[in-house]
Amino acid sequence: MNNYFKSSFVILSALIFFSCSKSGKSEETIKTNYESNKDSNLIAVASPPFSEFIFPCSRCHKNIEPNHKRRELVWAHDNIKLEHDEKNRWCLDCHDANNRDKLHLADGRLLDFTESYKLCGQCHGPTLRNWLAGEHGKRTGSWKGQKQYLLCVNCHNPHSPRFKPLEPLPRPMKPSELRDTNGIRL
Amino acid sequence: MKKNTDLTRREFIKGAAGIAGATVLASCGLSGDALEAFLQKHFKELSNDEKAEILKRIEDECKAKYGKEVAVVGTPAEEGVLFAYALDISRCIGCRRCVYGCCEENNQSRDPQIHWITVLEMDKSEGVNLEKANSYYEVDKVPQPDKFYFPVACQQCENPPCVKVCPVKATWKEPDGIVVVDYNWCIGCRCCITACPYGARHFNWAEPKIPTDELNPSMHYLGNRPRMKGCVEKCTFCIQRTRGEEKKYPKCVEVCPVGARKFGNLLDPSSEIRYILANKRVFIFKEELNTRPKFFYYYGL
Ligand code: SF4
Repeated sequence: MNNYFKSSFVILSALIFFSCSKSGKSEETIKTNYESNKDSNLIAVASPPFSEFIFPCSRCHKNIEPNHKRRELVWAHDNIKLEHDEKNRWCLDCHDANNRDKLHLADGRLLDFTESYKLCGQCHGPTLRNWLAGEHGKRTGSWKGQKQYLLCVNCHNPHSPRFKPLEPLPRPMKPSELRDTNGIRL
Repeated sequence: MKKNTDLTRREFIKGAAGIAGATVLASCGLSGDALEAFLQKHFKELSNDEKAEILKRIEDECKAKYGKEVAVVGTPAEEGVLFAYALDISRCIGCRRCVYGCCEENNQSRDPQIHWITVLEMDKSEGVNLEKANSYYEVDKVPQPDKFYFPVACQQCENPPCVKVCPVKATWKEPDGIVVVDYNWCIGCRCCITACPYGARHFNWAEPKIPTDELNPSMHYLGNRPRMKGCVEKCTFCIQRTRGEEKKYPKCVEVCPVGARKFGNLLDPSSEIRYILANKRVFIFKEELNTRPKFFYYYGL
C-alpha cells in the first residue's frame, strides 16, 4: 500500500493553480502522468466542488479553537448530513484540525483538496486503481491524448457518496406514433 | 489497332448511354447538384480530387438547406487503430442522456424521430432477457431499485451481417473497425435492417428534419452529415470526433453522468479498453451469432 501511495505521488507531476476570474475563488487543476500512458497528460479538470464562499476554510476557522468532540453541528455546516460510515467517521478523520485548508491521510500527511482521491483510496483501494486506469469514473477529452478527469468528489458527495437518482430524458416515440410531414403514419 | 477501335466504340456507347440516362433523369426533375449526386461513384472508388469536390458539394447543399456554414470531411482511418467500446451495465442508470447527446452530435432526424441508441430497461430478477425488456419506460427517477439498464447501439461487428447482405455494397467495415454507410450509394432496400441482430440500423422513412440551430456543423461524409429520405443510418462511433484532429471521445462517453461508457484503441495495450478486457467480467451481446462485436458490456462492480 505504501508503495502504491509513493507511486501515486510520482503520478502527480504538477499542480497548476489559477484563479477563476468569474467567481473570484481559486480553482486548481491537477496534471498527472499516468504510468501506463506516459505520453498523455491526464488532467483533473474539475476543481473540488466547494459550496460558494466556503474555501479557504481557514478564513473562519483560524479564529476557532478546534473541538474534537463528536457532536451535532448547529452553528455552521448544519446542511451536511454525514452518510458515509457515519458510525465510525467524523469531520476530523479527513479534514485537518490544525490546517483547515487541507485534508489528511490516516498517517497524518497533509493533502490538498485536489488530491482528495488519495484520501478516498485509503479505504476504496480497488476503486482508486480502476479510476487511475480510466475504468471507474468519467474521462473526457481525447482517446489518444489529453484527457480530463473528474475527482471522486465531483460525482460522489464525500459526506453522502451514494449517487443520487436522476430524472430520465423522455422515452423514444413508438413506431405507431411516428408521422411524416403530412401527418401520415409511417 | 483493332483493339483501339473496339475501346473507342465501347466508350462511345457508354457515353451515349450516359447522356441518354442523364436526359431521362433530367426529365424526372433531377438536375444540377441532385443529378451529380445521383451519378456519383461509390465512395471507395473516388479519387482525392473527386472526394474533395463531393465534400464541397455537400457543404453547399447544407448551406442552402440550413443557412449555416458547415464543414464536411472524409478523414480516412488511422493505421494501427481498431476502435472498441465498453459499457458498464452495473453502473448505467438508464437516464437516456446518451440517447439525446448522440442525437444532437450526429444530426439525427428530430421529426420523424430517429435514435441510434436505445436504452432497454430490464428486471434484475430476469437478467438480460430481451423478451422482458422495455425501452419505453417512463418513471420519475432512475435507477429503479428492481431494474437495470442496457443501452444498445451498433456493435461495430468484426463479422457484420448487415454488410454481407447489402446488395450494392453501400455499407462496409472500415480499417479502424467502424461499419459505415455511404448514404448516397444506399438504395434503401433495408436488407441490412433485417440482418442486424441488434436493431442498430434506422431508416429515413420521411425527409429528416433538424432545426438549424441544432445542426452540428462539424461533419464527416461517412458519419453525421444530414441524411436524405430513403437511406439507412447507424452509429459510427462518432467518426467525425474520433477520427478528427483532436481524437475526441464519442459524444455518449462524454455525456454519460455516471461514466458507464468507455472507448479506446483495442491495439493500444495501455488503453482503458484493454484494461477493462483484461480485468473485468466482460459480456458479448448475442455472442452465439458470431458477429464478433467490438462493443463490450461489462460489470465494473
Ligand atoms: S447516459 Fe450513461 S447512465 Fe444514462 S442511460 Fe446512457 S449509459 Fe446509462
